[in-house]
Amino acid sequence: MWMLLLVPFVGLLWVPFYNFLEPSLFGFPFFYWYQFAWVPITSILIWLVYRSQPHDEAE
Amino acid sequence: MADHIEWVALAVFIFFFALVTVMGFFAARWKSGPVSEHLDEWGLGGRQFGTWITWFLIGGDFYTAYTVIAVPALVYAVGAYGFFALPYTIIVYPFVFAVMPILWKVAHKNGYVTAADVVHGTYNSRGLELAVALTGLVATMPYIALQLIGMGVVIKAMGLTGEFPIIAAFIILALYTYSSGLRAPALIAFVKDIMIYIVVLIAVVVVPYKLGGYGAVFSAANDAFVAKGGTTGLILKPGLLLPFATLALGSALAAFMYPHTLTGVFASKSADTIRKNAILLPAYTLLLGLIALLGYMGHAAKLKLSSPNDVVPQLFQTLFPSWFAGFAFAAIAIGALVPAAVMSIGAANLFTRNVWKSYVNPDITHAGEASVAKITSLVVKVGALAFILFLPTQFALDLQLLGGLWILQTFPALVFGLFTRWFRAEGLLLGWAVGIGWGSWTVWSNGMKPLASLALGGESYTFFVGLGALILNIVVAAVATVIVRMVLPEEKSAIARS
Repeated sequence: MWMLLLVPFVGLLWVPFYNFLEPSLFGFPFFYWYQFAWVPITSILIWLVYRSQPHDEAE
Repeated sequence: MADHIEWVALAVFIFFFALVTVMGFFAARWKSGPVSEHLDEWGLGGRQFGTWITWFLIGGDFYTAYTVIAVPALVYAVGAYGFFALPYTIIVYPFVFAVMPILWKVAHKNGYVTAADVVHGTYNSRGLELAVALTGLVATMPYIALQLIGMGVVIKAMGLTGEFPIIAAFIILALYTYSSGLRAPALIAFVKDIMIYIVVLIAVVVVPYKLGGYGAVFSAANDAFVAKGGTTGLILKPGLLLPFATLALGSALAAFMYPHTLTGVFASKSADTIRKNAILLPAYTLLLGLIALLGYMGHAAKLKLSSPNDVVPQLFQTLFPSWFAGFAFAAIAIGALVPAAVMSIGAANLFTRNVWKSYVNPDITHAGEASVAKITSLVVKVGALAFILFLPTQFALDLQLLGGLWILQTFPALVFGLFTRWFRAEGLLLGWAVGIGWGSWTVWSNGMKPLASLALGGESYTFFVGLGALILNIVVAAVATVIVRMVLPEEKSAIARS
């Protein structure tokens, strides 16, 4: 599960993945909405790892 | 900028500023503890902040007022390259989730207040402790100065001239930080962040509506960059991909080495609080991305600017009624107070624990620590103010840039020890020195540009100096550790590790 934490690094640091204007979405070029999309995706990935680990509030 | 005083904007501004001032002084009683009797109380708010307070506090001091001014300014000036702030503030959270709860546990168990405490506890090396403490102090000072610059930009936009307003604002800040400690910025952060969210969410809906939609905003920016030429553009020019990625990664690794972000981590009440925040804090990144787009909106609104830094204030003054501009400016100015307060507290904690206690008075009491820290926080703020009043602004910007590079060099000393005891203090200290030395020299000799080029196999690669210095730092630390381990196989210095 911890490997999920590396996914945003690959998705965002390998810039040739997203250095394009098209396809655009709601007027946003691809370069921009792709990066915005990674914000909720990263939160969800971290949450998945969090859920899979034992934890308690007092720790 | 305004050549007359904007009275409506100013009245709204003063109302909110007065509100947070009162809150700042009352904060001493909030979740009350003996603020002057223990550094844990003054400097860490009693180590009791839960998920939401921590969210507002870290959100409030990581995404600073200067960010609200400078990120749109950079995006306005150069386009896509300025957006490195977005990947930077996304990938920082998987890192926070994986590392910061472990750091918190070590600090909590041993009563550590600063990064240098943790390093001293792990390696029992006064030299490495001092290196980490001094790096934190030196990197923080220009950062506080930048918050003043951010505040100065909006004060100027309301037509106020001279240095008196900024001096007055900073004296107020210094006094309530002195009396309330970390509780003051934690409480004010609620107001500041809610105000910033309101301002930005309204701006990103209303501004494109007035300017013809996001398609029109991007196309206006594109036209401006085509006319401007060079390396500007809506997407990155070929040579900018690696600088963009290395700047994002280097900044992300450096972000939670700063005293102000670590103070937020240490002040939280549990490791789980930090884990939950790693999931929730990206909401601020969304906000930052939207703020960055204000730079493009500046092109669509056809603003005529004397400096890119004026893009946000000008945009609000041009497109919104005066009272809303005043509200937005108050949000930005209060947004400067929260990080400036936390930064001065983080710096004061470092000085108290790792300079004063280590070198001047090892037998200092808990109450003594709190009073040394309180006075240090005043000195730090006066220093930052003097910086802005007496030195050229560019000097603060250059030093802040170098500060990012410097603080990144404390990464191996602070983080590696959480996972392995293989490294030796001597090696880490040498790596730190080489990283700082090479990095500073490279930035300086390139005319204060944070990028360096390396020719490899006929190709030239341009990258962020800080990340290059970190790699060099780690290599030197590893090689030196191998040598030290051969000479001294027994680690005689180690003390019991938590």
